[in-house]
Amino acid sequence: MSARQPMDPTNFEPLGHSAERERLEQTWSTPPGIYGWLTTVDHKLIGKRFIVTAFFFFLAGGILAMLMRLQLAQPDNRLLGPDLYNQIFTMHGTTMMFLFAVPIMEAMGVYLVPLMVGTRNIAFPRLNAFSYWIYLFGGLMLYSAFLLNIGPDVGWFSYVPLAGPEYGTGKRADFWAQTITFTEVSALAVAVEIITTVFKQRAVGMSLGRVPLLAWAMVVMSFMIIFAMPGVILASTTLIMDRLVGTHFFNPAEGGDALLWQHLFWFFGHPEVYIIFIPALGMMSSIIATFSRRPVFGHAVMVSALVATGVIGFMLWVHHMFATMVPNAGKMFFTVASMLIALPTALQVYCWIATLWTGRPVFKTPLLFVLAFFFILVLGGLTGLMLASISLDTQVHDTFFVVAHLHYVLIGGAVFPLFGAFYYWFPKITGRLLNETAGRWNFWLFFIGFNLAFFPMHQLGLEGMPRRVYTYPEAMGWGGLNLLATIGAGLIAASVLVFIGNVLWCRRRGALVGNNPWSAGTLEWATTSPPPDYNFHPVPVVAGPEPLWERATGLPVVAGLSDTTREVLVTTLIEAKPDHREELPGPSLWPLISALALAALFVGSIFTPWAVVWGSIPVAAALIGWFWPKKRETEEEVAEEVPP
Amino acid sequence: MKILRGVWIAMLGAAALTGCEREERNFVEPPPTSSAVESLRLSDLRPGPSSPPPAAENSAYQENAYAISEGQRLFSWYNCAGCHFHGGGGIGPPLMDDLWIYGSEPQNIHATIIQGRPNGMPAFGGRIPDYQVWQLAAYVRSLSGLTPKDAVPARSDHMSNESPPTTMEKPSPKMTGSPP
Amino acid sequence: MSLFGDPHFAWRNAQSALNSAGPQAARIEAYWWLIFAVSALALILVVLAMFYALFHSRRRSDLEPEFRPSPKLERSRGWVVGILGAVTGVILLGLIAGSFATDQALESFTAQDALSIDVIGHQWWWEVQYIDPVPSRRASTANEIHVPVGRTVALTLKSHDVIHSFWAPNLTGKQDLIPGHEATLNFRADRAGVFRGQCAEFCGYQHAYMGFLVVAEPPDQFAAWLEKQRAPAMTPANPSQRRGQEVFLSRDCALCHTIQGTEASGKTAPDLTHLAGRKTLAAATLANNPSTLAAWIVDPQSLKPGNHMPSHLQSVRLGGDGPSGLLNQEDLQALLDYLGNLE
Repeated sequence: MSARQPMDPTNFEPLGHSAERERLEQTWSTPPGIYGWLTTVDHKLIGKRFIVTAFFFFLAGGILAMLMRLQLAQPDNRLLGPDLYNQIFTMHGTTMMFLFAVPIMEAMGVYLVPLMVGTRNIAFPRLNAFSYWIYLFGGLMLYSAFLLNIGPDVGWFSYVPLAGPEYGTGKRADFWAQTITFTEVSALAVAVEIITTVFKQRAVGMSLGRVPLLAWAMVVMSFMIIFAMPGVILASTTLIMDRLVGTHFFNPAEGGDALLWQHLFWFFGHPEVYIIFIPALGMMSSIIATFSRRPVFGHAVMVSALVATGVIGFMLWVHHMFATMVPNAGKMFFTVASMLIALPTALQVYCWIATLWTGRPVFKTPLLFVLAFFFILVLGGLTGLMLASISLDTQVHDTFFVVAHLHYVLIGGAVFPLFGAFYYWFPKITGRLLNETAGRWNFWLFFIGFNLAFFPMHQLGLEGMPRRVYTYPEAMGWGGLNLLATIGAGLIAASVLVFIGNVLWCRRRGALVGNNPWSAGTLEWATTSPPPDYNFHPVPVVAGPEPLWERATGLPVVAGLSDTTREVLVTTLIEAKPDHREELPGPSLWPLISALALAALFVGSIFTPWAVVWGSIPVAAALIGWFWPKKRETEEEVAEEVPP
Repeated sequence: MKILRGVWIAMLGAAALTGCEREERNFVEPPPTSSAVESLRLSDLRPGPSSPPPAAENSAYQENAYAISEGQRLFSWYNCAGCHFHGGGGIGPPLMDDLWIYGSEPQNIHATIIQGRPNGMPAFGGRIPDYQVWQLAAYVRSLSGLTPKDAVPARSDHMSNESPPTTMEKPSPKMTGSPP
Repeated sequence: MSLFGDPHFAWRNAQSALNSAGPQAARIEAYWWLIFAVSALALILVVLAMFYALFHSRRRSDLEPEFRPSPKLERSRGWVVGILGAVTGVILLGLIAGSFATDQALESFTAQDALSIDVIGHQWWWEVQYIDPVPSRRASTANEIHVPVGRTVALTLKSHDVIHSFWAPNLTGKQDLIPGHEATLNFRADRAGVFRGQCAEFCGYQHAYMGFLVVAEPPDQFAAWLEKQRAPAMTPANPSQRRGQEVFLSRDCALCHTIQGTEASGKTAPDLTHLAGRKTLAAATLANNPSTLAAWIVDPQSLKPGNHMPSHLQSVRLGGDGPSGLLNQEDLQALLDYLGNLE
């Protein structure tokens, strides 16, 4: 099972017998045509689809942001009006948080994690297909609602009573709540897949200490999803029940409590920020290691910092509620936790600087995006310390200062590394390089535009401009800085257009650069770019955290996996010793059908509680179809059984 | 892939054509209504729900969540609840049942509010703007389930909407005076 | 639409956390400057360290990856990272201590003789009640809080509709008004002046124009003002004002507004007993003068779309004898004359 033979890491393709490859091709390929498109369970196809969909939502959210900036460019502006503006800022926040940031991080995980740990597909591949469909349907539902003038207008946080039945009239807040349910179901599914893949499907020899930092980050993110998302599903469900069937969870007159909503929402809402931020830290580590030509300094410290961030991330939520009547003694605990969470991130920043210092930096576009992090995210983190102080927070909370802070953290901490990651892994996905000159335009326009747009907001907040206002009186004197911010937003838009042009052009015409253009060290570069349907053949064995650097002459490999069934190697949790072989399921229409049935239930339950009753019948039928045992599988299992 | 996209766009287009009357927010009142209202002179003695069909411009209020919610707010602000309570009736007749003394069409209710009715219902004509009367009519109709369910909130944020069954039988002592 | 053409209504620095006018805001401002200095220094150091690392990294001609860095070098760099981490930890503890000290200081600013005021947030205006043990000595106003300089004010904050947040940054931090809960907020103005505040929690369509003023004035002026607020409204002095009052009482106005000393006793909209004495209209949105008042009465929905003041555009356009015959030009003139003199 572990016969070892040498292999050229940068030129994987020619090795192995071609007949074997053909059989593998046949076993792992996705059926052709639209049927294949609907039934595929290939993590690379689903991952790409996930990334492209999330990017479309990023563009939609960006267009909404531009509309808001146009409205705020001058005082007393009448461009949008409060009704439309409230819908737009709610849609912007909901889109960016639920339909872009979290899904795109999951999507990168779905695409990269199986390649990084050296396996042939993600764990639970049909669940993976399901999670994409349910996410897509949730997003389409929200945007259909928005185009029909039923876009939510109560903020991405939907505070009750404003989002409750009396003040949130119509169905707008219901669509918000159901969008949350959709995307959280999807996120939970992806989290389970990623954890299982990293824990049980690693290449032989990839002990926990050798797991790449990005895979670690994805695991921490997934655990955070598993602990945080149930809170918000509970919140959105109780909100729907208050609105649809008149329960009183949030009605103070009947013993409910408006503050309860805030606790439930922020218990999820703050970890959400780290769910977005932690994978980005992993991407930072990958890019810095490759472009410094050395492993990241202090691997153990980095991993501990990721885990610590994930744990402390759950102890901060009340700092969103410092202006409420939570007792002060309670708030003080959250001040301490909110300040101390800066420490693990600071350590990571120091380790990266030490990596650059002791390495040999190569200045390519991915590294530029990563270097911007050292200015933008650090600034955002420092303003975060200001929000951690109870008394100072009461001055800046819910003002444009917080708008500036959160964009510095989320754009600097997640979107900049993500763009770096696009440039870095684009050759992996397509086999072609993105244009470097366009990349630099993309970077500098984004960097300058970003700071122009968001830095003035710090001052606006301190000068008294609250968030979520559709306009402001001229006499407040906020016009100049707001105009500046709008100009900056225009530059960001230009930068994103440059990126889109770059991708569209280079997808077909970019330079062909071989399998490992950056001569990186992690396993995803050990196969062809783009990878074949079966990812690896033969399946590699690793002996260090950067296997491709350590064995210049080639990696040892594992043989003995079936090439006629979709078999992957399952390894032990800590040492990654070979444990057993597991057959993964192939393409199926059932995930799509189940997702459609569940989507019908969710959308129907916006209008009538009976949708839950009648809608559960198709869902149950679809799930029975999905899990109905096949004849071949049953026979095989019977054959394998050892009689007592 | 393209087929799916096409199907979705077609569905969306179809839905957009029908529009979503439920969700409009008309902050600025619509243009003055025709004199249809003026010509509507129902005899006070004529009971039952027979009435002219609703005028098109007012149906916008009937299925509109914002109008119904505004009607709900005005119902308490203009102290309708002082006599009718929250629909259960007290000094004034209950509004939650399906018994309509002067007709259940929006125009009937509009006329009742504008002109007043014998035995205590004051005339609000000249006191409250016309569009608010239509909003009130929409809310009053929603109390007995005459408006689409998806435009009506499931509950209000107050305790009172829980209690009509008991308060109906025992009018509160505060309410013994005659209505204004 | 710049109805604030009057330079008196330029609010720059009148709603600013960096222009404190009382001890509470001053303490927070002091902590702000401390944390700002520390943060600015930290940011500069990180960026400098990054550039230092980039340009003093070991120059090697080849791009061969160094997958097993020299343990000796790693150890020495490890010490640097460790020490930096420890220093960061100590600085964070210092900032936590500073934050707690500020919180403590704010808690300690309570006073026995505090002036009690109830503030009730409504969509989208502020009701202000001056509490007094003697019911007849209570006073009610809206969107304008007068306070005596040098005396602590204890606000009781309530809301009966949605969540609002009371924020007058020159005086102290914000406090949310959550239905079903009561909150308190103390502040003191140490210098006279007109400060502006605004709702800081998203509360619906007109969250943007839900402002208020805090007028800090010397104690004797304040006492005189409060005495005046306790009095009922002036009686109409001439036929025009009398007609105005009649219009007010017979139309929709009186259903929501109160004017003390008349039959108008609506509780859902601002008390207008001393309307003419206020500096602004519509929750610190418009300067208070006859033309803005007329615009507000006739067409509030285009000035603040979605607010709860009914539009009278239709009735005025119809010359007063439309379907509901609400208001004609002469009525409006008389109404303005009456309201404009409610000092």
